[in-house]
Amino acid sequence: MAILEVRDLEVSYGVIQAIKGISFEVNQGEIIALIGANGAGKTTTLQTITGLIPAKSGRILYEGNDITHVPAHKLVSMGIAHVPEGRRVFSELTVLQNLKLGAYTRKDKAELEETLETVYKRFPRLEERKNQAAGTLSGGEQQMLAMGRALMSHPKLILMDEPSMGLSPIYVNEIFDIIKKIHEGGATVLLVEQNAKKALGIADQAYVLETGRIVLSGNAREMMDNEQVKKAYLSE
Amino acid sequence: MSFLSYFISGVSLGAVYAIIALGYTMVYGIARMLNFAHGDVIMVGGFAIFTVVSTMGLPPLLGILAGIVVCTVLGVAIERVAYRPLRGASSLAVLITAIGVSYLLQNVALLIFGSNSRQFTSVVTLPNLVLADGKLTISSITIVTIVTCLVIMVALTAFINKTKIGQAMLAVSEDRGAASLMGIDVNKTIAVTFAIGSALAAVAGALLCSAYPSLTPYTGSMPGIKAFTAAVFGGIGSIPGALIGGIVLGVIENLSKAYISSQLSDAIVFAVLILVLLVRPTGILGRQIPEKV
Repeated sequence: MAILEVRDLEVSYGVIQAIKGISFEVNQGEIIALIGANGAGKTTTLQTITGLIPAKSGRILYEGNDITHVPAHKLVSMGIAHVPEGRRVFSELTVLQNLKLGAYTRKDKAELEETLETVYKRFPRLEERKNQAAGTLSGGEQQMLAMGRALMSHPKLILMDEPSMGLSPIYVNEIFDIIKKIHEGGATVLLVEQNAKKALGIADQAYVLETGRIVLSGNAREMMDNEQVKKAYLSE
Repeated sequence: MSFLSYFISGVSLGAVYAIIALGYTMVYGIARMLNFAHGDVIMVGGFAIFTVVSTMGLPPLLGILAGIVVCTVLGVAIERVAYRPLRGASSLAVLITAIGVSYLLQNVALLIFGSNSRQFTSVVTLPNLVLADGKLTISSITIVTIVTCLVIMVALTAFINKTKIGQAMLAVSEDRGAASLMGIDVNKTIAVTFAIGSALAAVAGALLCSAYPSLTPYTGSMPGIKAFTAAVFGGIGSIPGALIGGIVLGVIENLSKAYISSQLSDAIVFAVLILVLLVRPTGILGRQIPEKV
């Protein structure tokens, strides 16, 4: 069953059309990868889903409900979390303050403490640095904080935008392991990545985006063997 | 002794500037705009209190409460009607709108109350403090003003650090988009900021008019600009900066009036501001990080 459905979505920045009518589905419990080069429209797609950018036309359905025009802040309590490109942690606030802001829409304090414990268990480094300003963390740690912050809302669907961007190879591996674990914990993941090899390695389904259009879609494993994909995205 | 007396009344004047500066600095920090109508909200608060206390003859405390309610509603209404539709517009458009709102408030007050100055009855009825065998007299309004300012600073800092909405304000001030991804309603958070700033403007109005009891539709204008100066001086966006900027400004102004020239005091205040900004463009406590791209 599709938890998220995007139908004929078009997005424009002024006169420039960034997304030219794309449709795709995210099935419950899967990892979906959206891959493509810089400027293909991956980030725009995620930002439109969470209402940061308005859609020009088309529809976005979440659990069967039309969320095309639902503002970003109302989606969190519906179960959607978005780990934005560039992490965007609140750098002047502490790690703990950041995590608590992730749970902003939740009311039950006991449940919140429980989630905080599971986040700390998943990211022990965040607990070590809980009283440190987020801006003083390394890039990899900030990525973990951005992910931990998203998990604090206890989401059903997590959108992740370029989680491996700018990280050292060791951190890249760690981040992808974490994504797998988050998925095993029961969340559906929509992953946007430039690191196509890594993304296809953990995804169930994948879509290839090129200048605002989906040019290829299918099973992630099969896509890794596709000559076109190999040539354009997997060459090293 | 007279120096001490000038100094203390300077601190008191500065405390009023600090309370007004909080409104500028919080709105700038969270909504990224300069609300030039803020000074005129003080004037509206003054007239609200005047109406309740002098015209209707009710107790001063009730007058202050009425002033706070009127200003809070006014501040939220101004944000909703004039500024929210311009969210995402160029900052110049917002600035011009703010100046427009300022003139609108002054002229509406002019229509209702006329241009004659009103004698404001002090909301503080306590006796003055006499020290050192009568050589130093500190007026009760001076003490009340300083104490009120400190209480507001402590309460506001606690509010921002301890409450959920306070944390939301910090998040919005740093990254509006990321804040909304946390489930924070950015518009509501900005409205709360305006409500707090405007409520403080009413308090500032009560203190200012009690110390300088002539009330006209232009009463808020000059203190507004000076408090804005204090906010920039201390580092706009910073709450302790507003306190420091306000007090420094008030003391400089009062000492210039006493020892140099009362006509030149405003010029001296603004000259000091220019000097500080030349050396530290972000103000005394301003953040040194460059604007985000």
